[in-house]
Amino acid sequence: MELTSTWYLVLAAILFALGATGLLVRRNPLIMFMCVELMLNAVNLTFVTFGNDLNDLGGELSVFFVLVVAAAEVVIGLAIIVAIMRRRNEATADDLSVLRG
Amino acid sequence: MELVVFLIAGALAIIGALGLILFRHPVHSALSLVLSLFAVAVLFVNQDAQFLAAVQVIVYAGAIVVLFLFVIMLLGVDKAENLSVEPIAGQRPIAVGIGIAILALSVFFIFSVSGNAATGQESVTAEKVDSITGTTTSATEALGDDQVDGTEDAPNIDQLGRSLFTDYVFAFEVTALLLTIAVVGAVLLARKPKGELAPLPAIPDRNAGPVPELEALETLGDT
Amino acid sequence: MNPATVNLATMQLVELVWLVPLFPLLGFITLMLIGRRLGEPVAGWVATAAMGGSFAAAVMVFIGMVGLDGESGERIVQVKLFDWVVAGDFSVDIGLLADPLSVTMILFITGVATLIHLYSIGYMHGDANFSKFFVYLNLFAFAMLMLVLGDNLLLTFLGWEGVGACSYFLISFWFTDEANASAGKKAFVTNRVGDFGFMLATFLAFFAYGSIEYGEMFSGAPIAQSTATAIALLLFVGAAGKSAQFPLYLWLPDAMAGPTPVSALIHAATMVTSGVYLLSRINPILAAAHDWAPSLIAWVGLFTALFAATIAIAQDDIKKVLAYSTVSQLGFMVVAVGTGAYVAALFHMITHAFFKALMFLGSGSVIHGMNDDQNMKRYGGLAKLMPITAGTFIVGWLAIAGVPPFSGFWSKDEILISIYANGDIFANKVLFILLLIAAILTAFYMTRLVALTFFGAPRWRDEVTGEAFVESDEELPLRHPHESPWTMTFPLVALAGAALVAGGLNLPFTKDLHFLEHWLEPSFFFEGKDNIFHDLPSGGTKWIVAIIATLGALMGIGAAWKLFFDKRGGTGPESPPILAQGWGYDNAVTSFMGGPGEKSFDAMAEFDATVVDGTVNGVGKLIQIDGGILRKIQNGLVRSYAALIGIGAVGVMIYFLVVGA
Repeated sequence: MELTSTWYLVLAAILFALGATGLLVRRNPLIMFMCVELMLNAVNLTFVTFGNDLNDLGGELSVFFVLVVAAAEVVIGLAIIVAIMRRRNEATADDLSVLRG
Repeated sequence: MELVVFLIAGALAIIGALGLILFRHPVHSALSLVLSLFAVAVLFVNQDAQFLAAVQVIVYAGAIVVLFLFVIMLLGVDKAENLSVEPIAGQRPIAVGIGIAILALSVFFIFSVSGNAATGQESVTAEKVDSITGTTTSATEALGDDQVDGTEDAPNIDQLGRSLFTDYVFAFEVTALLLTIAVVGAVLLARKPKGELAPLPAIPDRNAGPVPELEALETLGDT
Repeated sequence: MNPATVNLATMQLVELVWLVPLFPLLGFITLMLIGRRLGEPVAGWVATAAMGGSFAAAVMVFIGMVGLDGESGERIVQVKLFDWVVAGDFSVDIGLLADPLSVTMILFITGVATLIHLYSIGYMHGDANFSKFFVYLNLFAFAMLMLVLGDNLLLTFLGWEGVGACSYFLISFWFTDEANASAGKKAFVTNRVGDFGFMLATFLAFFAYGSIEYGEMFSGAPIAQSTATAIALLLFVGAAGKSAQFPLYLWLPDAMAGPTPVSALIHAATMVTSGVYLLSRINPILAAAHDWAPSLIAWVGLFTALFAATIAIAQDDIKKVLAYSTVSQLGFMVVAVGTGAYVAALFHMITHAFFKALMFLGSGSVIHGMNDDQNMKRYGGLAKLMPITAGTFIVGWLAIAGVPPFSGFWSKDEILISIYANGDIFANKVLFILLLIAAILTAFYMTRLVALTFFGAPRWRDEVTGEAFVESDEELPLRHPHESPWTMTFPLVALAGAALVAGGLNLPFTKDLHFLEHWLEPSFFFEGKDNIFHDLPSGGTKWIVAIIATLGALMGIGAAWKLFFDKRGGTGPESPPILAQGWGYDNAVTSFMGGPGEKSFDAMAEFDATVVDGTVNGVGKLIQIDGGILRKIQNGLVRSYAALIGIGAVGVMIYFLVVGA
């Protein structure tokens, strides 16, 4: 059995699918956020795999930037969650539905 | 050797992911995420992206997840979620369906692509230099020109740095700016508000009918 | 002057034909703006001056046209003013067609109209809406002139509708009386039925010829006979509405509710002749139609002539007699058109304009002097008290009865001769005899009118002395008949003069005296068609017909005189009620319209409200309902939105799977 990049890609797809399912199923905002991080990770793995495959450093650099932006996103996201949850700390994602039609 | 590493790390990653989505306590989920991140870092090393593996561990596992844990601790949102009830009808089946669909489609695409590039695969991987040992891993000589990429023999971090500060310097600077903005935003958002707080909007009862203001709109059309 | 410059000068005169409708238009605008301030009688003089200017322009155009050569088609002049509608294949411009036919029309239209305007100044004296009357009169004149001068069907239709609208305005001029308003509405609605035929004919003509301009229509490729028949008959429907032929005549007697000058101008001399004009204008289409189409027109005209004549002998209202007389005389003209004798029809149109307008104005004078009483049973013996009115009226009477040498004789004779000359067709022989009977009836009822009104013993009491001249059981009204002022009598005299000498236009003795026929030749195309333009029979036939016609007229006059001239104040035999009510036709139409007609109109309105409006409202309601359903997707829950995003993402992936990148 030869270890080709296909294996890595399949693994990344599995992680991504798990992250997506988790995002849709869980109600706690923090856990939902962590699922998003999992999905980003799967994407990073894909990038590195392709970069390795095509001998192109662009893959690794993309991961670098994704990492930075994910970090920034987490910072802001958590700040928002803090701002909301400060007043109501048993709220779940389902309770924040004021913007309904 | 790589195969074994891959199998173990892959299994750990999947176990971590499953733990993330199945544990009820947020702290347990966060720790599962850490396991998954570590496994992915190992996989990075397996693919000769050592710098990225280090960055992954330091930034992701070491900073982001810690941030999560801080927030959990700060807000006291550590109540276990009641996973047996699903308030939104049909959400679970849809979620599982989406997951399966994404997985199936992705795998399909992967195999339809990799079938074409299978033959080119070996020689490419063979050419990559193992920067730790400094030796090529394949007996067959590659195309034999070191002029293809002058940085071929340099360590991974050297190659990255050179590329980052020459070809992608603009993106690099913008990313730095982005981080600054994120910091400022976070500080502003998380400040404790001064003075009187506006009253909280009531949590609407989802089982009730449409929002009352909208009921007036419904009768507008009748003349 | 060398001929080139002469021709240039006369050509330019003809091209000033746009002045003719311009004057009444200016008069209309001026009076509309400042008429009320000008007041009586200045507003009337302004209007009359406008018409006078128009008449002068018409004479100028006529002089210019005389200078052009008739043989070579120079006399057909088209003056394009500006583009009106340009829409792809369909283009219509505001253009005036000055050819002998239209110049003839504008001459007598403007002439008679000027006289009637002058008359109205006296007649409408003291009316509260004096200036408004002249506003309408000028507008009417403008519309009529556009009708006659238009060089395409659409412009003619513009004038057509305009005169219809003005007729409505003027008939219901004293609209505070419900009966007058109803009469106006009746006129308008009945005309509308005719207009519908006109519109359909216009569409069909555009479809068949590709253009609705007369020049292009008549010089283009010939069209299918059935199409020509359809167009001709549809236009005849329009003409029947305007020219009061059966079954669309019933607005004309009711239209007498308007002031008498209106009756004289619109319902004797001009508007009602526009139908005959239209049929003359489209004579090439009539020629291209099946042979039974003009025959149908002729028989409808004959039926109308007889029908109306029988009703006229039973009317007691002086204006109603004249109204039915007009319907009858129009029937004569339509018969002439139907048998191809266009010149005879137009000749009769001109003479009829003179003597009928004269008689209407005369009757107005009588009504004026008799305190607005229109019942002839209460007239009598007015000849001595209103000499000018009576004298001129007698001229008109003799003209319409067909007594030589008055103009009516010549024109009616022309029609009879033309029909007789085509007598190898058996139907035409019947036509001739029936028309002769109608002519005799004409003489009869007009004599009755004159005898009852001007002669015999007065059936009223003198207002001043209270003296009664006849014995009667009932109280006779007090009257003070007097002659009218010069503004009213001058037009009477002028028209009487015209009625006397107008016969000279087309004397049948020799070909050289056929002035009207030669003049009108270019307007009637006669290449290869016999039934349009034929020579009158020479020699004995002419004289025989003339003598028969004269004898018939004298017979009618004699019979009526015997019955109705009574020195002791009798009014002759009672009119049979069925005739007096117009054979019940009017009542039948009214009950139909009020009964099943009204029900169908209500059903139509109901349909509009429920189906048409319902559909429009229903669309809105449908959208509202759909919105209500779609609104439920927005439930405000983030996870639902995330699920939808997921579904979308899967959809995109499937798309790439199926279609390929």
